[in-house]
Amino acid sequence: MSGLTTVFVPGDAAARSVGADAVAQRLETEAGRIGRQLRIVRNGSRGMLFLEPLVEVATEAGRLAYGPVAPEDVAGLVEAGMLDGGEHPLAHGLTEQIDYFARQTRLTFARVGLTDPLSFDDYEANGGLAGVRKALELTPEAIVAEVTDSGLRGRGGAGFPAGIKWRTVLGAPGKERLVCCNADEGDSGTFADRMLIEGDPFLLIEAMVIAGLAVAATEGYVYLRSEYPQAAAMLRAAIHLAHEHGLLGASVLGSDHAFDIFVRVGAGSYICGEETAMLESLEGRRGVVRAKPPLPAIAGLFGCPTIVNNVLTLAAVPEILAGGAAAYADLGTGRSRGTQVFQLAGNIRCGGIVETAFGVTLGGLVEGFGGGTASGRPIRAIQAGGPLGSYLPASELGLEMDYEAFSGADAMLGHGGIVVFDDTVDMGLQARFAMEFCAIESCGKCTPCRVGAVRGVEVIDKIRAGIEVEANLELLEDLCETMTDGSLCAMGGLTPQPVLSVLQHFGGDLVGARGGTN
Amino acid sequence: MQWGARRSYEAFSPERAGEVIALRSSERGPLIEILRDLQATFGYLDPAATPIVAEALNLSEAEVYGVISFYADFRTEPAGRRVLQICRAEACQAMGAEKLCAHARKRLGVDFGSTTPDGAITLLEVFCLGNCALSPAVLADGQLIGRVDDSTLDELIEAAELASR
Repeated sequence: MSGLTTVFVPGDAAARSVGADAVAQRLETEAGRIGRQLRIVRNGSRGMLFLEPLVEVATEAGRLAYGPVAPEDVAGLVEAGMLDGGEHPLAHGLTEQIDYFARQTRLTFARVGLTDPLSFDDYEANGGLAGVRKALELTPEAIVAEVTDSGLRGRGGAGFPAGIKWRTVLGAPGKERLVCCNADEGDSGTFADRMLIEGDPFLLIEAMVIAGLAVAATEGYVYLRSEYPQAAAMLRAAIHLAHEHGLLGASVLGSDHAFDIFVRVGAGSYICGEETAMLESLEGRRGVVRAKPPLPAIAGLFGCPTIVNNVLTLAAVPEILAGGAAAYADLGTGRSRGTQVFQLAGNIRCGGIVETAFGVTLGGLVEGFGGGTASGRPIRAIQAGGPLGSYLPASELGLEMDYEAFSGADAMLGHGGIVVFDDTVDMGLQARFAMEFCAIESCGKCTPCRVGAVRGVEVIDKIRAGIEVEANLELLEDLCETMTDGSLCAMGGLTPQPVLSVLQHFGGDLVGARGGTN
Repeated sequence: MQWGARRSYEAFSPERAGEVIALRSSERGPLIEILRDLQATFGYLDPAATPIVAEALNLSEAEVYGVISFYADFRTEPAGRRVLQICRAEACQAMGAEKLCAHARKRLGVDFGSTTPDGAITLLEVFCLGNCALSPAVLADGQLIGRVDDSTLDELIEAAELASR
């Protein structure tokens, strides 16, 4: 073998967090030692984070996977002929035939890990720009109709139909309309927004351009959290390249439509993921929740009618335009159409991204894909939907992953994050943390949330200390009811969910069976 | 795994602050962006910057102070030479983050939000770094590190202490 060998070493922040940079360096060195020339592509992650750093070698048969590769493994791998697809204990064969990957339906994440995230040519050669080209042929009303017909619902947590939101913005009076992407992915257990922005940033740009065409907006804002410095850098670099290639600017792909995107980085506040707090923050103020109405679709950013969608909601749109609403709607179940990007996290053996049609069960994800806990101990609890989502016991593994089934189980699908805990967890502490987190992150506007969360921590501490347990349990339930019914937004309104789910399924932990002193 | 690149900062001066503010004063709703730029320039938000920002954006000092005090990222005193952020959110908790936090606090002798007496390390808590499948996670001066254990932390801390001597 001679000539240039292409090797992929993910540049995704998660892959880099476990040594991908050192692996890339060692590959360069070891290849040089045997006189081989490498082209190292820093792709996004394939989403199999348990195999990171996952190195792929391009061969005539396809891309072959090796992982997880530690820097000290590289010399042995190269010696074993990895650069020609040689066998090795870390070899997994063709990447796309790895069971975890092959069983997925990758629409939104189709290119993530496949391409060089900052190669515009890669993007276009792998299906990019088809959606925006289609949109440029359509009227705004027709674009909105496609999105509506696809059945796409907001992926940020609330599950609101995207098409209805877009139609409201299109029909709202005003000189200017705006597009806003909520990339304030603050829920623990979620990382899909980050991976998409780092792995396929042009997709989000294309999606926002389409949203702009749909409602005649010429400016888009991405509100990105400061905890994601690499995503911010990648997105800014991609926006710069999109300008150079004419996807952004005064004339989108040569048309008479203008569109530009501005990146705004948050400042370490969870509540700014709530859409109205995000709008306040984008305008440069404290992230204090706004009362609704008016809806942001009527009076949003800078008072303009504004589309506010999550990264994954927007990112589904180019495929809907390119492949047609019907093809997208054919996937899924009931009123949950299309695919959902699930994220398997916490104490899980095979954590990562699983994009699949709605309707897979919780157990199918956690055990079928995830392989159970990382510790090898039994699963005790699963938190779905982020810090405001319920803790489910292992007996609920049969639950179908769709919006309605989850509502039926007093749980929330949220952003698709699934955090697994083994049987060493003290669920009383998890309930306490839910209240503590709300106390730290509350914007302070409404009393049930601002004061309720502080009182919640105190009451749980008393219960755990065995002080007037019956009376304080009653007080806790009463407090939860007040927060649920009286809070202005989901932060105070949903913080009781994890607490009440602990009471319902793991009550023994709360009343001192583990942590208390009585 | 190692710390991210160390940042260097300029000494605060009202003139320089004015220049930084001017770069963005024509943007829409630029206050948070300006505060971020000021902190990136000087390493912290000097209280003397508040009236300058307020004047430039036609806001009250209270409004500017309100924003500074609302957001966890903004600090009004210089940080240590290194900033270590440990994730305390649920996915990291499921993999022992609280134990890791206890170790860090004990090892450094300071609580979250504080800097070691020698100025080597500022310890901060953070809620989610988006590395939830490779938890527990820390951000060490911008460098994300996954599957962190006590010994990873010890190595980081020793490297920072050594560099401070």
